Amino acid sequence: MRYAAGVDVGSTQTKAVVMAEGRGIVARALTDTGANVTKAAEHAFHLCCCEAGIDPRDVGFVVGTGYGRYKITFGNAQMTEISCHARGASYIFPSTRTVIDMGGQDAKAISIGADGQVLDFVMNDKCAAGSGRFLANAADVMGITLDEVGPISLEGTRPVKLTTVCTVFVESDILSYLSMGKKPPDILRGVHLAIAKRTISLARRVSLEPDITMTGGVARNVGMVQALEEVLETKLQVSRDAHFIGAIGAALFALEKEDDSFEAEVYGGAVGAVTQPSGRVQ
Amino acid sequence: MTTQTEYRSQLHHRQKELMVKWYERLNEAAETGEPPTVSMMISGNCVELLEGFSAVPIYPEVNALQLAIRHQSLEPILLAEELGYAADNCAYVKADIGAYLRGITPTGGKLPKPTLVLCNFVGCNTYLKWFEHVAEFTGAPLYTLDVPFMRYDEPTHADIEYVVKQLKELIKRLEDLTGRKFDYDRFKEAVRCSSEVENLWSRIKHLAKHSPSPFDAYFDAITLMGPLYVYRAKPEGVEFFEIALKELQEKVLNERDDGEREQFRVVIEGPPPYPHFRTFRDMFAKWNATAVASTYSTVGGLWEFGARHDPSTPFESVARHMLEHNVTNRNYLQRYDQIKKYVEDWNADGVIIHFVKSCRLFSAGQGDMRDYFTKTLGIPTLYIESDLEDPRYFSEAQLKNRIDAYFEALEHQKLSHRGIEERRN
Repeated sequence: MRYAAGVDVGSTQTKAVVMAEGRGIVARALTDTGANVTKAAEHAFHLCCCEAGIDPRDVGFVVGTGYGRYKITFGNAQMTEISCHARGASYIFPSTRTVIDMGGQDAKAISIGADGQVLDFVMNDKCAAGSGRFLANAADVMGITLDEVGPISLEGTRPVKLTTVCTVFVESDILSYLSMGKKPPDILRGVHLAIAKRTISLARRVSLEPDITMTGGVARNVGMVQALEEVLETKLQVSRDAHFIGAIGAALFALEKEDDSFEAEVYGGAVGAVTQPSGRVQ
Repeated sequence: MTTQTEYRSQLHHRQKELMVKWYERLNEAAETGEPPTVSMMISGNCVELLEGFSAVPIYPEVNALQLAIRHQSLEPILLAEELGYAADNCAYVKADIGAYLRGITPTGGKLPKPTLVLCNFVGCNTYLKWFEHVAEFTGAPLYTLDVPFMRYDEPTHADIEYVVKQLKELIKRLEDLTGRKFDYDRFKEAVRCSSEVENLWSRIKHLAKHSPSPFDAYFDAITLMGPLYVYRAKPEGVEFFEIALKELQEKVLNERDDGEREQFRVVIEGPPPYPHFRTFRDMFAKWNATAVASTYSTVGGLWEFGARHDPSTPFESVARHMLEHNVTNRNYLQRYDQIKKYVEDWNADGVIIHFVKSCRLFSAGQGDMRDYFTKTLGIPTLYIESDLEDPRYFSEAQLKNRIDAYFEALEHQKLSHRGIEERRN
């Protein structure tokens, strides 16, 4: 049995996925990234191998992705999370033409072709509005956990209108609504809608061709998914593996690297280009 | 570290000599009051006119970018901000003003009080205030040339006449200030030199149509741009560009296309992030990507499509140059067309748009430009942002991520096409 792995080192959490030829995903692991990126990657990878019941040495190829990809010392190659999310989303939902990825510190929209190829992408620049960090700040101010913000927001019937989408200033905005006696579900609903509108306006710069798949850690937030669907007036494809899509894409690239089919030449070639320095500056 | 796509040779040594000589002349002017000096904007400059007075140009932009590339721009920027310049003011302005007030120069030598601050305002209206401030702080007299923006494909007769009248008024002003009589023959000879340099520069630009290109028309072109601004109207400029053309022609002849050195050919729009020039260049070198054309290298003049100064009508041709033949005074549709021609005629794989945060005027509309190339023309286009002068607006991880993703997608696309072709055969 041939195994390959993808490790996605995000700003907040590190995800690892082990895939086996012909068997698809065999294990997943999730850990907080923290201050030591290399250790987080190793930890997630080892957890994932344990979960799969295999020795890490059995994994033939590892592709690293995410912001910490160059810190993955045991990885064989690196690819950006843009390519990996596109590949992963296309694997889970082959009809995907647009990916909306919302992670800890960034939000991105990727337009993809029928074979999972990246056609175009946009990301937020120098501003964490519309990312998981925005929601985490909102949760902090309201004294609840991040896991609670989504479900509570669904109870909101009269969402407030936020005057800012700044991750820092949202705090004072929320405090002022609380002091006005607004209900937490209405405030949280307003928070989710504000982010949804901002994210969709970002995504419109690529295209919003259906089907649209949502990926990244924020996809676990039911309130966010619903807010995006409300703004878009369409359903999103959300996998229970949404959080792992980047790692899945990386593992697919890793798996295909060892294969010699045409598809593998196309995808694996792209990976190989990163791994064969041939005098390039790394 | 020298990257794989970087080219170093005789022309680089000569370039350095010429630029050092220029700063020495400015130092001499600061110490002795001679030769006369004129502060000017690079884009749409009328350096030929200065030759009629044997005057030397001072380019505040060149001073600012030299500070940035030597990692010395933050200190003057912070000083300017302390004075009240806003965070989103043009960082060139802040670095230049701050450097003047603190007595910082790129070479450590002296810069003179200009004989005249000439605001040859083309396209960038920030210059109106920048040069007012330069005049205020240095105590030098100010003359503002009003050059109409390009509203149509070509300047109108009235536009040309309007600029020529101002040039003649400027001559009178410079005669009063320098005590020298304007030397018309020398001016005419300067216009002739410019036309020769433009011809040589244009031929160099067209060499980038070869694959692999003998030089990077963005990163390497910057080396050639210094002499272009300072020496365009002088015999030294002609001599320099003759050397450059010969060297690069030889490079074309001696280099075989092994498909390795140049894997991607791109067109770059917007100036580079000078404070992180090396890091930025390496992000492209990693992918063996070469810029085969760039709009930034046409800020001083747009000549690869045939325009030249004309010694038979010197005033009119200087006016035309200021109005029409530099990228900053051209309208957006003309800029689109310029980039489109580069992609088609220079056989590029895609376009990179570098948005400069503190240059609102030149960067405004680049979002639409991205849409036009991506959606209307279907050309893979990457949009990235940082700053040309302020080192604080450079997020290395974010830029690297976008650039890597862009080339990953291009590589995938190339491999897919190749795979399909091979299967067909």
